[in-house]
Amino acid sequence: MRNGFVTGPLLGALWLVVIATTVAVTMSFATGAAFRPQVLFSVIWGAVAGLIYVRFPVRHATARLGVALFLGLSCLTGIGPVLIGSGTTLLALLITVGSIALVMHLSMAEILKELPFGELTRHEYEDAVIRFCTGFGYIFFTAIVVIPFYVMVMTSLKSQQALLQNPLDFSLDLSQGTALFRSYTELFRDFNFGTYLWTSFYVSVLTVFITLLFSVPGAYAVARFRFKGQKAFSRSILLIYMVPMIVLALPIYIAFSLTGLRNSILGIVMIYPVTTIPVALYMLQGYFRGLPTEVEEAGLMDGLSRISVIWKITLPLSLPALASVSLYVFMIAWNEFLLAFMLLDDPSKFTLTRGVTMLNSSEIPRQHLMAGAVIATVPIMALFLGLERFMTKGLTAGSVKG
Amino acid sequence: MSSAVPPTGTGALAKREARLAWALLAPTLISVSLVVILPLLAIIWISFKPFTLSDLRPPAPVVRESLRGSGEDLRIEYRLRNSSQEIAVAGVTISDTLPEGMTPTSEITAPCQLEGRDLFCDFGTLEGGQRERIRIPVAIDGEAESFENLVEGSVPILTGSGPNILTNFEFSLENFARVFDGSEFWGVLWVTLFYTVFGTIGALVMGLFAALLLNKSFRGQGFIRGLYLFPYVAPVIAVAFTWVTLFDPFSGSANALLVQMGLSEDPINFFGERPLALIMVTVFEIWRYFPLSFLFILARMQSIDSSMYEAADMDGASPFQKFWLLSIPQLLGILSVLFLLRFIWTFNKFDDIFLLTGGNAGTRTLTVNVYEQAFAISNIGAGAAVAVVILMCLLAFSFVFFRFISREEGL
Repeated sequence: MRNGFVTGPLLGALWLVVIATTVAVTMSFATGAAFRPQVLFSVIWGAVAGLIYVRFPVRHATARLGVALFLGLSCLTGIGPVLIGSGTTLLALLITVGSIALVMHLSMAEILKELPFGELTRHEYEDAVIRFCTGFGYIFFTAIVVIPFYVMVMTSLKSQQALLQNPLDFSLDLSQGTALFRSYTELFRDFNFGTYLWTSFYVSVLTVFITLLFSVPGAYAVARFRFKGQKAFSRSILLIYMVPMIVLALPIYIAFSLTGLRNSILGIVMIYPVTTIPVALYMLQGYFRGLPTEVEEAGLMDGLSRISVIWKITLPLSLPALASVSLYVFMIAWNEFLLAFMLLDDPSKFTLTRGVTMLNSSEIPRQHLMAGAVIATVPIMALFLGLERFMTKGLTAGSVKG
Repeated sequence: MSSAVPPTGTGALAKREARLAWALLAPTLISVSLVVILPLLAIIWISFKPFTLSDLRPPAPVVRESLRGSGEDLRIEYRLRNSSQEIAVAGVTISDTLPEGMTPTSEITAPCQLEGRDLFCDFGTLEGGQRERIRIPVAIDGEAESFENLVEGSVPILTGSGPNILTNFEFSLENFARVFDGSEFWGVLWVTLFYTVFGTIGALVMGLFAALLLNKSFRGQGFIRGLYLFPYVAPVIAVAFTWVTLFDPFSGSANALLVQMGLSEDPINFFGERPLALIMVTVFEIWRYFPLSFLFILARMQSIDSSMYEAADMDGASPFQKFWLLSIPQLLGILSVLFLLRFIWTFNKFDDIFLLTGGNAGTRTLTVNVYEQAFAISNIGAGAAVAVVILMCLLAFSFVFFRFISREEGL
């Protein structure tokens, strides 16, 4: 097993299957034409390639280039790693051939780097396997994350007929110009999505403010003061976090129905912060604990009251944590679905998530639903990418201290 | 001479601090107990009551008052009915005041009586669907139209209420009997366990794999980390509907891809067939929550002291040995905490399955069953009973959780 001439072909065979599948799936999604990975041929040619890459250790040896080129060109015949159906454009053909050859050459050279032909040490063998797994991991994770979002965006730009005709064809007809975005214009014009966007936005912002208003003093008390029941309290915060929303939603639904708060934004704004306060409290108390007490004590010695210590010393010091918590709470409120779904029936008061649910009916074309999904996703994604550092920190602190 | 004794009990300062602490905590405590503790008690209460969706509008008497006729034949009419067709309403009375300048022309008969200008009618019990009409002939001193406005503008005071299921003290175990009845409950429990166990383990393993990939610095590492968090950050509604679209049997790209690649003859109904739908929702759960475990495991990995690995390198440990013998023991704490937390959260998950399949095709978990019973079958009591079962399970879980987490993470 631990010989270059065994490991090389083995990894080569597996790797070509991965590459062939990746290229075929990518090309299918990009053009809609028929690309099919051929597992058997991939295994055979991959093994051959692996053997050659191990046998000729020079980085750009002629034999290496030759076999890579052969792998690419063999796709044009029926026995290559990828079977290309008829009716494919020349450009797509060239891209397939080129990418198979190029990707295979570069990645094989990387995976089988410094792998001798003969017996391998344990290190050499495991390093090669790890490089293979790393390559596979990147492709796999990127694919599973990107494909759904790609499909979401592209479907929102297509028409129902085009979608039914060939569900794989995501190529865009750019000649339509702005008509490409007709799902979006229809959503904003006929389905009130502008209002929903605004409702979602101010409900989320209000939730953030109310949550901070309640959780900052609470978190400070739990973090700084010693009092009876402090331990039990900081534990029960987590406990509350574990009550399922649907269990709470049922009595809340009844109570809101009886008091007339159902179907009102006021009710939503009352209920959202309570679902986020425990999380915020938990995150903030962890952060407050980490702040040096000396600074605060100095403030106390200088005659500040506790409240002004919090306001003038602790809060300015914890701005990054506040940003993380705010973002996290904003995300929860923006993405919240269950309560909005149960408590809002009146289309003029919908939040964005509730509005998108409304689009999930057989009478409304699919691309509208996907356009709605894009509208709901884009703001939170933009926020997330722009403030990724805070967000990641918030997410990490949001659950358990790691 | 007395020796110095350290003060016992709490001093003034400590007392003041404790008072301030409770003051700072009060708003949170009050609001959380209003929205968490109270509903939890309410749900236990409701679970013992035969409470349905229609009981949200309890039966009540409804009255309409009007001035009818003209000249000699002028009369005030009260038309009273029970809003419910089945349930009787007890203690129904009307009290009203006749406007100035209006006098009854004949004797007021039972069930009404007039004292000065105050009219009072006592109907006793109004059966389901019962209607009553009271006519009081009156003479007026002035224009009919203005009196009409006066009469119809004033609302008579109405009392009477039906039996309120929510507040009475009759309890029954009917809901629990219904919930535990037959094989359905065990089916639901099995689905929940499958979804929870495999969803949790899958997300953990995937998260560990992804964290291993990104546990080195290279250009674009931040970008890829951000990208891998997308499934978790995006609204559940958007990604769930995307999956439904992607795996649609007629217009779904995944099916088209499978057929084209020759892996399947016919399109597969991923979210509509019995064992497959459950696997798909579990896969969705793994897909959506691996970023969370990934993030935690990565954070923990980066805090492991690198000198340990350097020592291992000196001793000639191979990469796999370093992973199994160094990384895994270091990560065991965070992995077990993540497992417990994610286990409970997956157990509690409602949105994902509800949006993907609506609980059909053998994907009904306990949480979806709460909704299903309460709103689809409109039996809120039965839904509450399922919710109580969930709470019982959670109580057991959190017991285990605190036993573990206090040991592992020193909480």
